[in-house]
Amino acid sequence: MKEIVIISGKGGTGKTSIIAAFASLVENKVLCDADVDAADLHLIMDPEIKEHHDFESGRTAIINHDKCTECGLCRDLCRWDAISEDFVVDSIECEGCGVSYYFCPEKAIDFPLNTCGEWYLSETRFGPMAHARLGIAEENSGKLVTLIRQEGKKLAEKNNLDLLLTDGPPGIGCPVIASMGGAAAVLIVTEPTVSGRHDMERVAELAAFFKIPAMMCVNKFDLNPSQGEAIEAFARERNVSVIGRVPFDPAFTKAMVQGKTIVEFDGQSEGCVAVKSIWETLAQRLEI
Amino acid sequence: MIISIASGKGGTGKTTVATNLAVSLESDVQVLDCDVEEPNSHLFIQPTIEEVKTITTPVPEVDMDKCTLCGKCAEICQFNAIVVICETVLPFHELCHSCGGCMEVCPEKAITETGRELGIIEKGHRNGLEFVHGKLRVGEAMSPPLIRKVREYTRPDILTIVDAPPGTSCPVIAAMTGADFVLLVTEPTPFGLHDLKLAVGAVKILGIPSGLVINRSDMGDDQVRVYAEQEGLPVLMEIPFDRRIAEAYSRGDMVVDVMPEWKEKFLELYHRIEKIAG
Repeated sequence: MKEIVIISGKGGTGKTSIIAAFASLVENKVLCDADVDAADLHLIMDPEIKEHHDFESGRTAIINHDKCTECGLCRDLCRWDAISEDFVVDSIECEGCGVSYYFCPEKAIDFPLNTCGEWYLSETRFGPMAHARLGIAEENSGKLVTLIRQEGKKLAEKNNLDLLLTDGPPGIGCPVIASMGGAAAVLIVTEPTVSGRHDMERVAELAAFFKIPAMMCVNKFDLNPSQGEAIEAFARERNVSVIGRVPFDPAFTKAMVQGKTIVEFDGQSEGCVAVKSIWETLAQRLEI
Repeated sequence: MIISIASGKGGTGKTTVATNLAVSLESDVQVLDCDVEEPNSHLFIQPTIEEVKTITTPVPEVDMDKCTLCGKCAEICQFNAIVVICETVLPFHELCHSCGGCMEVCPEKAITETGRELGIIEKGHRNGLEFVHGKLRVGEAMSPPLIRKVREYTRPDILTIVDAPPGTSCPVIAAMTGADFVLLVTEPTPFGLHDLKLAVGAVKILGIPSGLVINRSDMGDDQVRVYAEQEGLPVLMEIPFDRRIAEAYSRGDMVVDVMPEWKEKFLELYHRIEKIAG
């Protein structure tokens, strides 16, 4: 079973639009939306939810004022200043480290497990899909990313499918790190801009750090072809396989507005033709 | 005043708005780029950097001569960042949240703290504009600790513009908390709207007044406008799709340098924010 994870470094380069197009083009696969912070793939895939689970992770301290003697030890120990002068824990600031709970001489602090998100196993017109949502302002996104990828793999095994396509998050932090481990390859979707290049450098370095093979395509290429070529040259220097270019195509947005993949919206569009070619190259390189 | 510029969805134009707004104001303004995973503001502002600081976070170091393998450190740790195994104690520095609990609980005082590098902070200026950004070390998982360090550079005497990361979880909260106003930048598409709703949810949890900039405003549909009206979220600026803006952006040019008529519009945006946030 091979997993391909689509990442970008920079946000908004077109990861979700491109993976949606792959969903249309590729048979016998499972989809996974691991961009748990701001999951959008379901807006195109229109999943029918078959299983719905709470995601419980991390804890938050709550002070019981019946027992609290306001000795102040918790406030002295808390490194996040999360406990106010009137001994109320700010649940947003609370890191969930448990130090206040552990050391309170009156055992006046509760430390319950948080439900901080949800995850789903669904069916779509393109096959099975595992997806998740982290609650607003929550932590532990890396853990939810790890979980949803595992569920994606289980779905693949259950359905005798050999391919998992995962929509990854932007950035290089814990959700991205959690999205890459064990992947057959990452596909970096970038754009021909100074920001795209800067951010691609960092995410390519991250992939190399974790020894994950990396491929790259440049979306909206015609916006600045010389910048696009520079990014491609840069990628090759760093052993990132350059597998294609997608032109700026308004059909992507029009398709999204209609809840369709670009393949469904207009199979003849320049964007669609380019994405098809990218998939063919990718599949060839990974022997899919 | 602190204005945090956030979005939910990535790539909507936060950095474009943050940098052009700051440069339009010219002086008595600072930009704190808190998108520490992928900071971009410096590519446009091109500040002269005056100061580079390496930022670390404390992580445990165990003196095995003093350690009795009692296991209390592993017991208190919520993050599996320190374990007792095979007659030794293994700290996993990359998992450590720096709470100090293991150090505090050790009955033998066998634990001291060393540093794990989070990244760097660079500070500089472009004429009268002060610039600070954080750059997360590649391989570092946690961005909020570095974001909080960048926020410490807030100057109370001038306007602070915070460029926030995309998303709605803990890094964005670290970039928005304590702001006087959150300016949400969106695009009028289903993805833009979906993620905007999440961002609005985060802003409401923090109880901060907010307003909207709609970027590429003539591409997509009208659902963002409908939502904004329902929510009572004021639309403070619209930027139509303009290939010249996209191309300038791709080169690292500032919109207000290439198309000077936009300076007036960004100043107007600031005045509208001032009216709401006071």
